[in-house]
Amino acid sequence: MSDESPPTFELEQLASRQLTRRSLFAAAGAGGLAAALGTTTARAAARPARLARVAAGTVSFGSNASDPVPKKAFQQVFAAFTKKTGTKVSVNTVDHNTFQEQINTYLQGRPQDVFTWFAGYRMQFFAQKGLLSPIDDVWATLKPNFSPAMQAASKGLDGHFYFVPIYNYPWAVFYRKSLFKANGYTVPKTWDQFLALAKQMQADGLTPIAFTDKDGWPAMGTFDILNMRINGYQFHVRLMAGKESWNSPQVKSVFNHWRQLLPYYSQGALGLTWEEGAQQMITKKAGMFLLGSFVGQQATNPADHADLDFFPYPEINPKWGQDSIDAPIDGFLMARKAKNTAGAKQLLTFLGSATAENIYLKSDSNDVAANKLASTAHYNALQKKSAQLIASVKHIAQYMDRDTRPDFASTVMIPALQQFLNTPTDVNGLVSSIQKQKKSIFGF
Amino acid sequence: MAIDLATGVRKGGARRGARAVRLSTRDKLAITLMAGIPTLVVGGFIWFPTIASVLLSFTNWDGIGSVTSSHWIGTTNYRQIATIYPPFWPAVEHNAIWLGFLTFVATPFGLFLAYQLDKDIRGTRVYQSVFFLPVVLSFALIAFIWQLIYSPTEGLVSNVFADPAHGHVIDLLGNPHQNLWAVLVAVGWRHAGYIMVLYLAGLKALDPSLREAAAIDGAGEWHAFRTVVFPALRPINIVIVVVTVIEALRAFDIVYIINHGTNGLELLSVLVTANIIGEASRVGYGSSIAVVLIVISIIPIVVFVVNSFKERES
Repeated sequence: MSDESPPTFELEQLASRQLTRRSLFAAAGAGGLAAALGTTTARAAARPARLARVAAGTVSFGSNASDPVPKKAFQQVFAAFTKKTGTKVSVNTVDHNTFQEQINTYLQGRPQDVFTWFAGYRMQFFAQKGLLSPIDDVWATLKPNFSPAMQAASKGLDGHFYFVPIYNYPWAVFYRKSLFKANGYTVPKTWDQFLALAKQMQADGLTPIAFTDKDGWPAMGTFDILNMRINGYQFHVRLMAGKESWNSPQVKSVFNHWRQLLPYYSQGALGLTWEEGAQQMITKKAGMFLLGSFVGQQATNPADHADLDFFPYPEINPKWGQDSIDAPIDGFLMARKAKNTAGAKQLLTFLGSATAENIYLKSDSNDVAANKLASTAHYNALQKKSAQLIASVKHIAQYMDRDTRPDFASTVMIPALQQFLNTPTDVNGLVSSIQKQKKSIFGF
Repeated sequence: MAIDLATGVRKGGARRGARAVRLSTRDKLAITLMAGIPTLVVGGFIWFPTIASVLLSFTNWDGIGSVTSSHWIGTTNYRQIATIYPPFWPAVEHNAIWLGFLTFVATPFGLFLAYQLDKDIRGTRVYQSVFFLPVVLSFALIAFIWQLIYSPTEGLVSNVFADPAHGHVIDLLGNPHQNLWAVLVAVGWRHAGYIMVLYLAGLKALDPSLREAAAIDGAGEWHAFRTVVFPALRPINIVIVVVTVIEALRAFDIVYIINHGTNGLELLSVLVTANIIGEASRVGYGSSIAVVLIVISIIPIVVFVVNSFKERES
C-alpha cells in the first residue's frame, strides 16, 4: 500500500503541472482570460513570463510574497488601490527563492509591470543593465513621504529613482529578556563585554551565541557587522563594490575577530538552518542570536514574542562606535518592458503612500514601515525599538548579498565563509583566494 | 537487452545488404520523416545546446542582453576554474567518490539483495517491496526524509547517539568530512533497490537448469554464482553499469536540497547551475564547468559503445 501512494503523488503533481502549463498556453492565446488564470495558477508561476498580456485598466504585479501573511496583506493593499482608482491589479505570486533565482530571465522575458524586489546593488545592477524603468515622476509626489536615507536607497547609480520602499528590518543581536534577567546578564556595549558575556553563558551551560549557516547566507550578517564595526561603513561599501582589496589587513582583522567568537557558537552550525537557530534562542538553549528581526516569526507563542528583545552589535573600534547596521529594504520596481506604464506608475505612487503602508503593516509584526508618514500606533515593543534603531544609526547597509554583485555573493562568498567556519586558522589563504576570485568577477 | 538490440541491428544490416530495394515515394517520405524528426530532435535538444555550451565556455557572457555583447576570452574560464575556484576540485573528487561508491558498494549490495530474494524465502515479496520503496521516491523527497534523520539538533541520529540538549551533536549535514558519506548512504538506499529490481528480473529469466548443473558438478554457492550465474547475467550487467554511471554523473537534487551543494557536498552539476541559473548568471564560466562534465561523461559512453560494437562483431 505504502509503495503505491508515492507514485500517485508524483503523477498527480505531474498531471497538475501539465494542466497548468496547457491552460497557460491556452490563456496566452485567449488573451483576456489570462488575468483570471494568472491568479489561480500561482503554482505554475515558475514561468511567469508566459502569463499573457492583461486587459486595459489592469496593472500586472509580480510578487515574491509567497508566505500566507504577506500575501494576504498585499491583497488588501490592492483592494484599496482598486477601490480608489478603479484600476485592477492582477497578481502573480512566485515562491520567494524561485523568484530571486529567476530574476534575470524574468526581466528579459515578459515581466509584470510592477514587481517586488530589494534596494541596494542588487537593484542598481538591473537598472544599469537597462531592465528597469526610471520613476522620477512618481518620486516627485513621493519625496515628502520618505527620509533622505530612504530616498538615497531608492536611486540607481545614475542618480535616477527606480525603487519604492515598503518596509525594512534591522539586523541585531536578539535575546530573551527573561533569560537575561534570571541570570543577571547585562547588555554588552563593547567587544570585550560581549566576549565576557559569552564566556559567562558558556559557564552557565548555555550555547552563548546561536549560529547557523547550512544555507550559506546567514554568515554574511556576521561578516557585514564585524566589518562595519572594525573598518567603518565606507570601507564596507567600497569592499562590497570591489574597490578594496580582500587581501588587506582590514579584512584579515575581521576574520581574526570572528575567530574569537567561534568557541561560543552552536554545535553543528553548518548543518543548521536559521529557523533551528531561532528555536535555540527562543527555547533559551542559546543566549543570543544575530539575525534580522524576522527572527520574530519563529516565536509563534505571543508570550515568547513579547519576551524577545535585541541590542545593536557591540562597539569594536571606538572610531565608529555603533554607527552602522544592516537593515535591508524591500519594495517595488517597474520593469522596462512594462505594458501599462501609466497604471504601473499609478500603482507605485499608491504603494508609496501612507495609506498603503498602513494596510500592509497591519498584519506584519516584525518589519518597520519605510514610509515616515505611516502610523506607528499599532507597533509592538520590538517594532518600536527597531524603528528607533534604524532612525538612530548614521549608516544603513543592505546586507552582503544585496550590496555586492550577486555572482560574487553566491559563488564566492558563500563557500568562502563556510570554509572559514570549517578551518578558521588559514585566514591568509582564505582572503587571497577571495581576492583572486574577486578580480576575475569584477575585472579589476 | 543490449544484445537483443545489437542482434536486431545486425539482422537489419544483413537484409539491407542482401537485396537492393526500390523505394516508393511513400516509403521515402516515411523514411525521411522517421529519420528526420528524431534527427531534428536530437540535433535541436542535444547537439545544439552542447555545441552552444562549448562555444559559450570561451566567452564571458553574463546572460543579459544578446550573446554578441560578450567577449571571446579564450581559455580563461578553464584556467580559472582549475586554479582559483575552490569548489571545483572538490566537486570533481566528489563525483568520483559518488561513482566509486555506487559501483563498489551500492550496486553490489543491490545484487546481493536480488540474489537472496530470488531464493524463495518466506516473505520475499514483502522484502522486495521494502527495498524497492525508495526507488519510487524522487531524490528531492529522499533529501527531505534523510534531513530529518541527520539534522544535528532535531535529527534521529544525533538524538539517539549524542545529546543535542547539552550541546553534543552529531553533525552529519554540516561537517564537510562526513556529510558526503551521509548523503551517499541515502543515495545508496535508493540505488540498491533499483539495482535489485533489475537483477531480480534477470535472475527470474535465468534458466534454472544452469544452476542445477553447477550444483551437480559440486560447485559451492559462491563458486556457482561467480562462474555460472553472474556471467549468464551479462546483458543485465551492461545495463547496470550504464545506469550506475548515469546516476553518478547526474547526481544533483539531493545535495541541492540539503545545502545547495556547498560545504562538502560540491558536485559538478551543482557548480554549473550555481553559476548559470541562479542570480549569478555567469553563463560563460558555468559553461566551462559544463564542458568538463560533458568530457567526463563521454568517457563511459565511448567505453560502452566500443564494447557493444565488439560484441556485435564476435
